[in-house]
Amino acid sequence: MTRNKTRAPLWLLLPAAVVLGGLFLYPMYQLGLLSVLDFTQAQVSGGEPTRFVGAENYSDLFGDPRFWSVLGATVVFAAGCVIATLAVGAGLAVLLTRISRVPRLLLSVAAMAAWAVPAVSGSTTWMFLFDTDLGFVNQLLGIEGFNWMYDRYTAFALVGAVVVWASFPFVMVTLYAGIEAIPKSVLEAASLDGANAWRAFWQIMVPILRPVLAIVVIQSIIWDFKVFTQIYVMTRGGGLAGQNLTLNVYAYQQAFASSEYGRGAAIGVVMMLILLAVTLLYLRTLRRSGEQL
Amino acid sequence: MRAGRRLLDAVAVLIALVTVFPIYWMVLSAVKPAGEIQSLNQRPWTFHPSLAAFQRVLQVNDFGRYLLNSLLVALVVVAVSGLIAFLAAVALTRFHFRFRTTILVTFLIAQMVPIEALTIPLFFLVRDVGTVVPGVGLNTLGSLMLVHTAFTLPFAIWMLRGFVQAIPDELDEAAQIDGAGRFTVLWRILFPLVAPGLAAVSVFSFIHAWNDFLFARTFIISEADNQTLPMALLVFFKPDENDWGAIMAASTLMTVPVLIFFLIVRRRLVAGLGGAVKD
Repeated sequence: MTRNKTRAPLWLLLPAAVVLGGLFLYPMYQLGLLSVLDFTQAQVSGGEPTRFVGAENYSDLFGDPRFWSVLGATVVFAAGCVIATLAVGAGLAVLLTRISRVPRLLLSVAAMAAWAVPAVSGSTTWMFLFDTDLGFVNQLLGIEGFNWMYDRYTAFALVGAVVVWASFPFVMVTLYAGIEAIPKSVLEAASLDGANAWRAFWQIMVPILRPVLAIVVIQSIIWDFKVFTQIYVMTRGGGLAGQNLTLNVYAYQQAFASSEYGRGAAIGVVMMLILLAVTLLYLRTLRRSGEQL
Repeated sequence: MRAGRRLLDAVAVLIALVTVFPIYWMVLSAVKPAGEIQSLNQRPWTFHPSLAAFQRVLQVNDFGRYLLNSLLVALVVVAVSGLIAFLAAVALTRFHFRFRTTILVTFLIAQMVPIEALTIPLFFLVRDVGTVVPGVGLNTLGSLMLVHTAFTLPFAIWMLRGFVQAIPDELDEAAQIDGAGRFTVLWRILFPLVAPGLAAVSVFSFIHAWNDFLFARTFIISEADNQTLPMALLVFFKPDENDWGAIMAASTLMTVPVLIFFLIVRRRLVAGLGGAVKD
């Protein structure tokens, strides 16, 4: 298969194009369409005709203090998760470079195991560990009877801990691979010049690893902004009176619990636009790091 | 220096233990007898391991069936998405054509799309398609296979591209000079060489499909027989009292296949991921 200009790539790409066109592009178009329609249970069952309402779903949404509170919670929650994940992941990546073989193997296998646990099982396990009365952690701390899910912040913190536990391994493994690729002579020269670990990290590793770091940061932002399963399972669909809703869960609840499909779609579009902005940032970073597409 | 290293080693081991502790707790709680699970004095060990919780989960709640459903969905997704991605990856690396870069960027962007937001249109799409093709409508495993094939595709193509690129062009040219057709080159030359890459991609696709909670929850509404693991697990949460033994046993059943998979391909996974990130 030489690099020629025949029609061959077309039939090779056709299956992918069909699947992605039908199940990615078309639904994205539909999402946009739904967001400008009055589409509730009545329209789903065919009782009433669908009605074009223009920006009404959006103006309702932006006029609703609930939306802003959920958006704020989503941003703060995602930011907290990203910072914690990066701090833990980067710290452990550096630690991995400075320890003996056996502890290194243990730590990387442990991290891999945490990474592998499905979100649902991870959530249920942490719920049991932090259960009000039967939870090992509560008993250990001597706070039996304390329900982590009653308070908005402790609930978010616990869910965040599960998210970080499941996602720091990706950061750790990727950064560790990046550090290992730095020529040993560079780090040795630094330590000969009297740089301690802290300075070596910030002034040598961080600048060299900039492209990898950017990718890890943006991937984490995208993942943590979209957390669904952990929140849905651990807070039973958004917490007491919806105190732990994030955009994703909010859109889902509006659509499938309240049958406000148009409104849910509008929230989906808002989320899509936010993530698109982050993605464009990601692409620019890739380009900057000299990526040949 | 030596003392410092000892200290760091100890810290690393401690962190490793804390990290695996929840998994240990999950498996431990699954084999604890009912009395110890309900205890207000939980101990991090048990002297009377019992398989009662597993029996309850597998026999009374027919968890085996859901396990099989999940497995079926995941395997079909792995096979179909791997095949389609392989073809697309060949097209994107072995040929130069207009819009090639545009297509690549589109795949990258597709990875970032919040698929959770697409549940709403996809729900209606699946419902409508189901009236024409019953096999992929609501309440069917087919609907899950369909959407997860689509969702795993962009990443699979992106990752496989690196593996196809690594195979020298001269190899397929030589085969063509020897009279091999396009099809032969594809299946007899490229496919076997990309197989390790396909293995790594498979893990990601498998885990994606296996872990899915959202679409299973949205599409499988009334057909209990077609549920997959994540939804079936939540049955043990009850308003009055959660059956923690069963929840932990079910969680263990759900985790073990993925865990084994992950640890086996650990090294290759990191290599493949590095490729996907850097490539």
